[in-house]
Amino acid sequence: MTALLTYCTNLFNNYEEVVAVILFSIGFCILLFSRNLIKKVVGLDIMDTGVFLLLASRGYIEGRSVPIIVDGVTSMENYINPIPAGLVLTGIVVSVSVSALMLSLTVRIYRTYRTLDVDALYMMMSVSKGGKR
Amino acid sequence: MLDKPKLDPEFSSIWTLWKNGQIDLTGSLRSPGHQDPASVKSVEKYRPRRDRSAFSHYVQKSNHLYNILATVLCVFFACLMLMTVANLPLYGDPNAPTVNEVAERYVEKGTEETGAVNTVAGMILDYRAFDTLGESFVLFTSVCAVTILMNLSSKRQHVKHTKESINYADDMIVRGVCRFLVPLIMVFGIYILLNGHLSPGGGFSGGAVLGAGLIIYAMVWGEEQASRIISARLIKTVVLCSLGFYCVAKSYSFFTGANHLHSIISPGTPGRILSAGLILPLNVAVGFVVCCTMYSFYMFFRRGKL
Amino acid sequence: MMTAFRIILLTALVICAVATAIVKKPMQAIIIYMAYSVIMSVIWILLESPDLAITEAAVGAGVTGILFFLTLHRINLIDKDAAHDQKQNEEQPSEKEKEETHAG
Repeated sequence: MTALLTYCTNLFNNYEEVVAVILFSIGFCILLFSRNLIKKVVGLDIMDTGVFLLLASRGYIEGRSVPIIVDGVTSMENYINPIPAGLVLTGIVVSVSVSALMLSLTVRIYRTYRTLDVDALYMMMSVSKGGKR
Repeated sequence: MLDKPKLDPEFSSIWTLWKNGQIDLTGSLRSPGHQDPASVKSVEKYRPRRDRSAFSHYVQKSNHLYNILATVLCVFFACLMLMTVANLPLYGDPNAPTVNEVAERYVEKGTEETGAVNTVAGMILDYRAFDTLGESFVLFTSVCAVTILMNLSSKRQHVKHTKESINYADDMIVRGVCRFLVPLIMVFGIYILLNGHLSPGGGFSGGAVLGAGLIIYAMVWGEEQASRIISARLIKTVVLCSLGFYCVAKSYSFFTGANHLHSIISPGTPGRILSAGLILPLNVAVGFVVCCTMYSFYMFFRRGKL
Repeated sequence: MMTAFRIILLTALVICAVATAIVKKPMQAIIIYMAYSVIMSVIWILLESPDLAITEAAVGAGVTGILFFLTLHRINLIDKDAAHDQKQNEEQPSEKEKEETHAG
């Protein structure tokens, strides 16, 4: 019982990470349940942002400021952790290139099969397997 | 005298077909070039082999199972991650294990060693420059993949309808606002790019802003105009030169650093615009790569070529 | 005060994500995703990382949204081309038939 209570208080205190987990789950749900290929890509982007939010909120420290050295003060007491910021900075730009690649694949699929619905795609692929190479 | 084996009706019908020579087992082995014209015609015509309604029934049934399994998977993952979050150290805790000696080293010695005031820029372009080189190559690779997928040179498609799209340059409001806004965005992007080691920003942010400015320019004044000014050859040259320069500069830096040789690159006075050694040129190189990536994504999605 | 602002923003983020999941048309989902990215860039500022805020505002709200819109536009064009081709195919055989009848 007390363990459960500690769990709940911890979750309440780590609200930023909880939101990140919720975003990741929503993105995962969109990816699994949505029939439309474009909406699936949007879901993947939401998953990406969930991961970035988790990383960045791990690096945040209450009451400290941006890691830009001001007035020669180089003590860790004044600045937040710069490592997650560096990781996420590159990750955001890579996520846009991933979604661009997936969207171009979507266009290619649409040009061949004239549909974006996953069920219809599955049907047409299994039907035309014998006919076209 | 043996009894004639009793055949089930399906097999017997196949047997009759076989006897009459109507089953051609070599048909699938033939190369498509040697097909007679009649069979080519039948292949080209779209004919569903299965009954559509039966298939959709089958899909619905399998979807039911899929939905249940996917829900279970989602709930399982969410619970797992929530348990992990509950066991993490508190949010904003200064004594968390993530704030270890690595972060301390970056903040406390970073300015002294790299000359960059912005610790994040000093980290990603000096201590972890190899990582950033990999990221730049990821962008380059994705541009190559989009080029392969969206290239329309062999197809005649979309030629008829591109003329029907609206010409935004004729619109007075759009043209006037963009004539004012595009130079402003570009100047802001260049500012972010060049001040990456002094203030928030750097290669990735500045490159993204510059790319957005180029995209607005191409959108308003038309793709032909934009591709005349920023040609495919220019983009290729800029990206390759940036990546090559990055490789060469960082190789020199690693070589001299690892062998304790004297390097001509000095950190300079922190806070000046011309300081921080290699970080400013590397920022510019990364910014060019990101900018060209964004712009070529737009062009490939818009007209199929640069 | 800052915590309240942060919680409001996070709630808006979750609402936007849920709305993206609920809406039917991809166009609506894309527009809501762009709003989501703008909220995200404000959250990056609250998390003391302005680098990320600039990048997210330019990339998430700008370039990604434009790429999604262009994909929808592309798909429309493919549909139009298909309709155009079908019309031409319907017209051409009739002409051929006419020629054949003339020749006959």
